[in-house]
Amino acid sequence: MNLRRDVFQAIADPTRRAILLLVASQTMTAGAIAANFDTARPTVSKHLQILTECELLAQEQQGREIYYHINARNMKEVADFIEPFRKMWDDRFNKLENIMKNYKPKQ
Amino acid sequence: MELKTKISADNDKQELTITREFDLPVELLFKAYVEPEIVARWMGTKVLKLENKKHGGYQFETSDDKGNVVFRANGSIHNFIPNQNIVRTFEMENTPFPVQLEFLDFEKLTDDTSKLTIQIIYRSVAHRDQLLQLPFAQGINMAHNRLQEIANKLK
Repeated sequence: MNLRRDVFQAIADPTRRAILLLVASQTMTAGAIAANFDTARPTVSKHLQILTECELLAQEQQGREIYYHINARNMKEVADFIEPFRKMWDDRFNKLENIMKNYKPKQ
Repeated sequence: MELKTKISADNDKQELTITREFDLPVELLFKAYVEPEIVARWMGTKVLKLENKKHGGYQFETSDDKGNVVFRANGSIHNFIPNQNIVRTFEMENTPFPVQLEFLDFEKLTDDTSKLTIQIIYRSVAHRDQLLQLPFAQGINMAHNRLQEIANKLK
């Protein structure tokens, strides 16, 4: 049995974020997803597996193909998904503030 | 700890507003948006182009650790008033998301504090909600390093 994966760990990888972006508004097969990356097909499969395990993606069998789509079942109201978005911006702005507090103008 | 960033979003409006107060003079806050090397640091992306002027444009790019480009975004700058206001579009390349419109207002509160208000307008309520469901994608995917730090703390 696989260990339960951490969502943050899952999205810390840029390729996995790119995959999520790609399937955000359309259902796609593994092959169609892999065609968008230079990365080897098994590597993309591994990414899909991780994203599915942490329930960011959902799989759906249609005939011989497995389709992937974003798993947004727990996100029905804006308030439900605004919090992570707010945290992301807060984080980013904290970083901005720290950088600028130490800013030394070039002479 | 209370987050300093506030977000307001109406269920049935295709926009949202982000506000944040900074312990920085407005000039320094604004500079963080116009100096390419500073933008790169806090956004966590490569800045390919940043033309800070009316009718200017910008382009950001992020690569994975092997150097493959996994994300690219660009936009046009429609208005640029130093220390006051930037109006620009934002578009993620090779994604189905339509372009969005962003109004950034920079405000002096005191000599050492300032406020940033960002109003983002999306093509539809559905597009806004879809993007919000990908917080890490919005804004450019760049919270990567910060997310990694958070993930490490959670371990």
